[in-house]
Amino acid sequence: MTSISLSSTPLKQPIKRRVWRNFMSHKLAVISGGVLILLMLTAIFAPVLAPYDPYDLAMTEDGLLEFEAPPSPVFLLGTDAIGRDVLSRLIFGGRISLTIGLVSASIAIVLGSLLGVLAGYFGGLADALLSRFADAVSTFPALFLILTVSSFVRPSIFNVMAVIGLLSWMPTFRLMRAEVLRLSHVDFIEGAHALGAGNIRIMLQHLMPNAIAPIIVQATLGVAEAILTESALSFLGLGVQQPIASWGNMLADARNFTVLQSQPWLWVPPGAAIFITVLAINFMGDGLRDALNPRQGS
Amino acid sequence: MATFIFRRLLQSVFILLIVTFISFVMMTMAPGNAMSTFIDPRIPPSELAKAEASLGLDQPAYVQYVRWLGAVVNGNLGYSIKTGEGVLELIANRLIPTVSLMAVAFTLMLVLALLIGIVSAARPYSPVDYLATFLAFAGISIPSFFFALTLIYVFAVQLGWLPTSGLESYQQDFEGWALVANRMRHLVLPVTVLTFTGVAELVRHVRSAVSESLQQDYIRTAKSKGLKDIHVLTLHALRNSWLPIITLLGVALPRFFSGSVIVEVIFAWPGMGRLLVESVFARDYPVAMGINLFAAILVLLGSLLADSLYALADPRIRYL
Repeated sequence: MTSISLSSTPLKQPIKRRVWRNFMSHKLAVISGGVLILLMLTAIFAPVLAPYDPYDLAMTEDGLLEFEAPPSPVFLLGTDAIGRDVLSRLIFGGRISLTIGLVSASIAIVLGSLLGVLAGYFGGLADALLSRFADAVSTFPALFLILTVSSFVRPSIFNVMAVIGLLSWMPTFRLMRAEVLRLSHVDFIEGAHALGAGNIRIMLQHLMPNAIAPIIVQATLGVAEAILTESALSFLGLGVQQPIASWGNMLADARNFTVLQSQPWLWVPPGAAIFITVLAINFMGDGLRDALNPRQGS
Repeated sequence: MATFIFRRLLQSVFILLIVTFISFVMMTMAPGNAMSTFIDPRIPPSELAKAEASLGLDQPAYVQYVRWLGAVVNGNLGYSIKTGEGVLELIANRLIPTVSLMAVAFTLMLVLALLIGIVSAARPYSPVDYLATFLAFAGISIPSFFFALTLIYVFAVQLGWLPTSGLESYQQDFEGWALVANRMRHLVLPVTVLTFTGVAELVRHVRSAVSESLQQDYIRTAKSKGLKDIHVLTLHALRNSWLPIITLLGVALPRFFSGSVIVEVIFAWPGMGRLLVESVFARDYPVAMGINLFAAILVLLGSLLADSLYALADPRIRYL
């Protein structure tokens, strides 16, 4: 163990620096990273930033209540049909949407990585069964399966995260499996075998860390995908439920034609928020892909 | 090549078996069972047990699975809890709107992806290339329902150019060409949404496949023979870029189905995706699971077809 970590130390720094430099040279990715940091700060400090209570009637200091009010200096993004402030709901909705995206993508990444390592490392029957199982699950159109399973359980934030996470591990699985197959005959893995390292140690300490680059990129795209799925689910009414706000269920109001037609302040801001967030994540993922690609010299 | 397709076929049958198994497990996971929904609560438990036995519900799970599988193979996907109609008939009624929507969007997507992808690859880092890249990112990042609502707001509500929903206008009686024209107008917005959100990924793949081909030696040879650019691009580069594109088309099908759910709900399109959402809300699990299984089988057939085309397009393919 010590000998391996010693030999890898001198290499680590320049690689990290090169990755960092490559990433920083990707302008869109850097801007996107900035946008995402801002969004996350907004989500974290939502209670401080939101001008009104997102779940209750928004009342101004001089006792003014307004329903379906268009944007004004008092209610920057207007109010909805039950008098709640849209900006406050947007800020708190970001909290929910970002959390669901991050958590369900994490579930998918952990599950996919573990199954992928097992399949790639043990090969044979385990690999064949796991691979065909992954094929079978991804044969179902993703949203079909997610919609159906969501209807089996009580709609809640926890269940939405679990359902999306447990049904999105297949791309990570394939990636991890391929990486492990590629790595399994590399000298240092055979060296670890020769030194008497056990299966679990080789999988967790040698194989998984070395397959991290493509998994990071996949994780980024997974968050984007999960945010889109959550918003679609909540839009259809099977995801996050009222009164809790998520960007997706805020848009559900626009299924009402009057809202769509004459109250665009209710549905354009949450839609734009999802679009900008997912776009930024995808740009960042693209920058990471370029930066982490070992074949791309600096 | 025949061996490749044959082995691929065997693999598909195995995947199909797992697919049916997953479907069955999900059916048993769904809350309630056939008994609790059909039967009058006043019937005594002893009678219920008899009925259960006659339906085979008291058998072990694997026996039930085999019986269910036998029924599925014979084309019986079960019955709707709400209406008692056969699930397969319900799906069949909704199939044509979905297929026509997807076929138009799929063709358009293929043509656009090839056009934009080839131009981007031939003129890398040109304004066209940058625009295509940006649009590709926008396409994978925009929520389809937000895009759909925006299109309805702009083109139907504000400009009044296009209808908002449905297959055709039922208020007026159109016949002949007028009916065709009317239906086409109803197709425009849903097809745009489905195409734009689907084309993005394909464009990037066409671009990278073609630009990879363009770096090969035979392209330089073709150019140095004095062949025209367009000739080199279409006959030499594109021909050798087909393989990744074909594979990707097979992968695009499940995404198309997923996209059709949102599109059909927003545009009140009476297709399979909307039937799924309706049955999910009605807690009509046999219908919902039947649609899942049906779509999975279509996807499996699609990817089998794509792989067979792949083998046909490249005589070097042997089973790995």
